[in-house]
Amino acid sequence: MNKIFYPVFMAFMAFNATSFLSEAETPKELTPYFSSPSSNTASPDTDGFIRRWLILEPIEKPNRSNTVFTDSYLRDAFYTEYFPEQFSVFPKHGDNVKVGKQKLKWHALDSNMFNVKLFRFATNMGKPYYGVLFWVVTAIDCEEDIPDIRLSAGSNSASMWWVNGKEAILLSGDRRMVKDDCLSKRLTLKKGRNIVRGAIINGPGMSDFCVRFLKEGGIPVDNIKISIK
Amino acid sequence: MNRKTVFYCAALFALVTGENIYAQIGEPYIHDPSTIMECEGKYYTFGTGGGGLISEDGYTWHSGGVRPGRGAAPDAVKIGDRYLVAYSATGGGLGGSHKGTVLTMWNKTLDPASPDFAYTDPVEVAHSEDNEDCDAIDAGLLLDPTDGRLWLSYGTYFGFIRLVELDPTTGARIPGNEPVDIAIDCEATDLIYRNGWYYLLGTHGTCCDGPNSTYNIVVGRSRKVTGPYLDNIGRDMLQGGGKMVIAAGHRKTGPGHFGRFIEEEGVEKMSCHFEADFDQGGRSVLAILPLLWKNDWPVAGEPFCEGTYEIESERRGYALELAVDFVRMEGGIHRFWEKSDEPLVPLKSQTLEDVVSTWPDGNINVRTGDYMFRPHQKWSVIAVPESGGYLGAPYYKILIEGTDRALAATAEKELITVPQFTGTDEQLWRIEQLTDGTYRIMPKNVPGCDRQLALISIGDSTPSLGEFDMESDNSKWNFRIR
Repeated sequence: MNKIFYPVFMAFMAFNATSFLSEAETPKELTPYFSSPSSNTASPDTDGFIRRWLILEPIEKPNRSNTVFTDSYLRDAFYTEYFPEQFSVFPKHGDNVKVGKQKLKWHALDSNMFNVKLFRFATNMGKPYYGVLFWVVTAIDCEEDIPDIRLSAGSNSASMWWVNGKEAILLSGDRRMVKDDCLSKRLTLKKGRNIVRGAIINGPGMSDFCVRFLKEGGIPVDNIKISIK
Repeated sequence: MNRKTVFYCAALFALVTGENIYAQIGEPYIHDPSTIMECEGKYYTFGTGGGGLISEDGYTWHSGGVRPGRGAAPDAVKIGDRYLVAYSATGGGLGGSHKGTVLTMWNKTLDPASPDFAYTDPVEVAHSEDNEDCDAIDAGLLLDPTDGRLWLSYGTYFGFIRLVELDPTTGARIPGNEPVDIAIDCEATDLIYRNGWYYLLGTHGTCCDGPNSTYNIVVGRSRKVTGPYLDNIGRDMLQGGGKMVIAAGHRKTGPGHFGRFIEEEGVEKMSCHFEADFDQGGRSVLAILPLLWKNDWPVAGEPFCEGTYEIESERRGYALELAVDFVRMEGGIHRFWEKSDEPLVPLKSQTLEDVVSTWPDGNINVRTGDYMFRPHQKWSVIAVPESGGYLGAPYYKILIEGTDRALAATAEKELITVPQFTGTDEQLWRIEQLTDGTYRIMPKNVPGCDRQLALISIGDSTPSLGEFDMESDNSKWNFRIR
């Protein structure tokens, strides 16, 4: 992002902290990768991918290589507390958290693609984009229990995903984002609100993720609503 | 089957000593076994000279089958809720008379202990005289799945193999039906149908000479049941053509008398005898092998060999592995863009001792990942014959090489490894080669589940248990040595 424009943009975002932007109001620096949500809820896309997320500006976590991302390293990294209520908070667009000396903001965004380009989120915000840790969260609203489904995730690089506070998937190693790379064990999305939380870590290179729920046989779950309110 | 896998499997076999797990166990002694029939949960096959074999699980066989009439080389087919058995009264064969007779008879069950067990009186359906170029023995039956018509092939090296049509309701010859010559110089023929092709399988080579028998099974195919049956180079079986399906191997000579058994789509077995099993004193034994299809030609698969393998997912090619920390290897990283005069020193492979202390002691999850020939990716597959088997093979345990850590199914229909193999059903695996050469891997039992589930890839990096689907590469695996 243009450094001169950036403070103006941030002030604008703060002013709109509790309201959604219309698509026309999406800051052009977010395009073509993201749009600002223009409605209270969204549906999964036609392939079931969840595109609406609250994304925290990247936490600095220097790593010169992605080859360090063993299971043990990742558990340490992902279960370290970086900010209060890290595993329970459901933030609002524009909320701030402090991580060490970093003051970071949550952004409500719709990805314009099936995958969420975290690298472009960071570069366009003028934030660190290598050696970083991203936190993302979204809410899944269900009209009834949906049992025996799985969370499916692909990420670049490693990531961990939780559903309703329970660890669902760990994607370890120097990993490329692949549709349906890792799936959780069978789980139930309960009637009402469910929270999906993710942490994605990256050293150098591209960083992105794609997430959806799948029924038995790999059929996308589509009878859900996605909310960030 | 992957050629490399076959090669290594064969090489490994040469190193294996001890129990003869590549044969049926019990007393599987038979000659000219009929196509295997499943009846009320048991398997049956009948042979030359009367009688037959019975198996509870398809792996352990014992005598006890009952087929009256003695005679030679029977075959069987299930039509509706009855079994039709064909056999032949021989005039002596080879240097004797070639006056033969093929007869059929029905039974509602093949279980001699059943109150319904009773053969009907045999009916003659074909015969030969001494002055004919045919020897009416060695029956083969085909119930055509396309139109329900019933066909019988018969004959030996003494002249023609002939085809006649039978009435599927009576088992008798269709009145007025005349034999059609479809091959020469075969024995023990069988007819099967698949994908618009009729296949005639026959046995060539020398019979009945124990370890010196050169018996082998060949095949030709035709778009019509009446022929012409051509081999893979277009040679008519009436001119002696035939493409090899199975020859001698694995210390067994003389495969003959083909039979096909379809478990379900994509899972097929073939039965035959070997004239001599070197590990069983040269006795003639029943053999059950995977039946593969390559370019619409049948070919016998290899018996599964115990050994240490990469277990590769057909979905993406990732390898089944323990979900443990990847332990990096020190050294061996060079500045490849710079010229180096350093001497070449081979790198040592990572060993179990290098990494095992980094693994948890208890249960460890499994996943699939890039194959790096590391200890957490090497699986020793070892037969557990004392735990029984399934059609043609024993159950196996699947262990991390050099350990007793065993792959197991869980009550949640997922996978885990347990630190110690205890022999429970969820730690026993059924391994079957599919018609395309890949493998299906199934736990003997999933706790609390009454369905048969298979090892499947639900994601590129995530294995689980689910319904087997031949149409999906998610259901298929390869055993590789590399």
